[in-house]
Amino acid sequence: MTSQTDGASAADALIERDADLLRFATAGSVDDGKSTLIGRLLLDSKAIFEDQLEAVEATSQSRGYDYTDLALLTDGLRSEREQGITIDVAYRYFATPKRKFIIADTPGHVQYTRNMVTGASTADLGLVLVDARQGLTEQSRRHAVLLSLLRVPHLVLAVNKMDLVDYDRKIFEKIDEEFTTFASRLNIPDLQAIPISALQGDNVVTRSDKMGWYEGPSLMHHLEHLHIASDRELRDVRFPVQYVIRPKSDQYHDYRGYAGQVAGGVLKPGDEVLVLPSGMTSKIEAIDYFDSQIPEAFAPMSVVVRLADDVDVSRGDMICRTRNAPEQTQDIDAMVCWMTNAPLRPRAKLAIKHTTRTARALVKDVQYRLDVNTLHRDQGVGELGLNEIGRVQLRTTQPLMVDPYERNRTTGSFILIDEATGVTVGAGMING
Amino acid sequence: MSTHADYRISQLDQLEAESIHIFREAAAEFEKPVLMFSGGKDSIVMMRLAEKAFFPAKLPFPVLQVDTGYDFPEVLATRDHWVDRLGVRLVIASVEEAIANGIVIDDGRTSRNRLQIGTLLNAIEEEGFTAAFGGGRRDEEKARAKERIYSHRDEFGQWDPKNQRPELWALYNGRLHEGEHMRVFPLSNWTELDIWHYIAREQIEIPSIYFAHRRRVIPRDGMLLSESEHVQPRDGETVEERLVRFRTVGDMTLTGCVDSDADTLEKIIAEIAVARVTERGATRGDDRFSEAAMEDRKKEGYF
Repeated sequence: MTSQTDGASAADALIERDADLLRFATAGSVDDGKSTLIGRLLLDSKAIFEDQLEAVEATSQSRGYDYTDLALLTDGLRSEREQGITIDVAYRYFATPKRKFIIADTPGHVQYTRNMVTGASTADLGLVLVDARQGLTEQSRRHAVLLSLLRVPHLVLAVNKMDLVDYDRKIFEKIDEEFTTFASRLNIPDLQAIPISALQGDNVVTRSDKMGWYEGPSLMHHLEHLHIASDRELRDVRFPVQYVIRPKSDQYHDYRGYAGQVAGGVLKPGDEVLVLPSGMTSKIEAIDYFDSQIPEAFAPMSVVVRLADDVDVSRGDMICRTRNAPEQTQDIDAMVCWMTNAPLRPRAKLAIKHTTRTARALVKDVQYRLDVNTLHRDQGVGELGLNEIGRVQLRTTQPLMVDPYERNRTTGSFILIDEATGVTVGAGMING
Repeated sequence: MSTHADYRISQLDQLEAESIHIFREAAAEFEKPVLMFSGGKDSIVMMRLAEKAFFPAKLPFPVLQVDTGYDFPEVLATRDHWVDRLGVRLVIASVEEAIANGIVIDDGRTSRNRLQIGTLLNAIEEEGFTAAFGGGRRDEEKARAKERIYSHRDEFGQWDPKNQRPELWALYNGRLHEGEHMRVFPLSNWTELDIWHYIAREQIEIPSIYFAHRRRVIPRDGMLLSESEHVQPRDGETVEERLVRFRTVGDMTLTGCVDSDADTLEKIIAEIAVARVTERGATRGDDRFSEAAMEDRKKEGYF
């Protein structure tokens, strides 16, 4: 073992009650040391148990390795182990006293774009891993493009395998500079580059004494202290109605509540609200959270909103403020990531699910395909193949209440479903 | 729920909000959902979340329990309290009946746990359930780590891990063909520790066997099995009275307990926080036969 899992006290493993949640997505191939890095984060935060560790130690020994291959910790299904590949997005969990982390771990090769887009869709942070010996590759640029397209607000560039380049400051700085230049063409609000060695543990949990020239935080410190509260959308009230609660009991005879998860803004009792698509207005009478009334609700709280007037509201409707409404439209202009073998072509008819509303959509046009390596727009291709991303125009059977994806990741996103197979075939991000 | 001045909610509140969203989404989109109740802590947390999701209305779906015939009486008592309090319909699918009716075959070698699969699938088919809420968590086991929140099952109840639907944002795809059903996992993103913190916070009633108590146990294969009419000492084995508790709850013949003096939730949380063995590795005979045991059972249609 090369790790230092010193005996932390029981209290260290106890997550603080008001600890928050950070979701991050990683992508890359085994060669970048991604699995080793994740294995180390899990191990050093004590999310790995002895029986799991013993299993990988035994496997490492039987394969004749000199060290415990932490990458084995994240090995998944038997079919993957047999083929030595990772099939799909896997979710991993660890916690420190300050924060709980959910890692969406996506493989680097097969179905690359589809998996990366899936993992990034819910991420607060994207982790791009680069091998210090190789510098930026096409793949690392592609990671950054996809993370920016999915509006992941924070990005970490982890320059790994610093031990193999003698912890050379110049090598790190060159990669950092090159990446920062490339990233300036993208929409990445926050970028932090960290030189690490996942194998040796340098700058992963604690700052390494082998890189005294590096003055930034360790990866874990950065993940723990990153400010994410301000990423939440607090300006525009968006409440997609999910479910209408009508108890029809003696005690709650006239109760009619609209259940949903707040997608943006802050709702308060007394607020004048507008219900779309009906256009009716009312006032919030109360906001219920289980058996109590609460003074305000904001994303991502799941609450029940009661209105003062007896207006007709059902699943799929959107509650917003009278002077700040999303666009109501049947014409959708979006970047679509296509996820199935048969290409997306004009005139295709698909089901579309946007917030809690499902409709049908007709593909009017595939305007261009985005080359995720060069950001070049290939005009005139007319279709999108598997794992391709492009700008698409859709016409829907019903109006959808949408915001640009850059403004709201919930009301700006949708999925496309093949009506014959029932499979999710596309993911869309609405353009502003 | 405690909110912060900077419009932040704690991770436990975020998990709860996500789970409630999933319950409401599935209840709205599926014609005939059902909540699979095992009696374990996870399925009790599920009951609590469902209660919160639809309050002040009752749960808009029944509760299904697969009765192995080898269930702990303490677990059945807790189940009955919950069902009474929430006023929900309880559907019991009995493994004994399934054996009697020839739906599953008891060859004397197959565990009750495994016989649950056929019993469960038969109940889902007979009642025509289109969605079944399960308490599976992704941190439990590596096959689960890759499972979707909406996990599609074909007409044979099988899970195809290589061919899962992509799941993006919180947009769940509930499309089904005739005869297929969906497993829905609202606790996907919870860890064992989250479950315990939530039980403590919500003061949720759980079966007493989770707390340390004195019990007559038989040490076998590195596990401590509870002595009962179904588990008797074999040649050379001894029965000992020890201070133990259960970390998971399942079939009596397969679920072992652990030495523990944790008789309060606070002590259990402290114990879990420093536990060095996974809950399934410690106490579940069913997961120890092979490294891919869970993967295989899941493909067949296990919870």
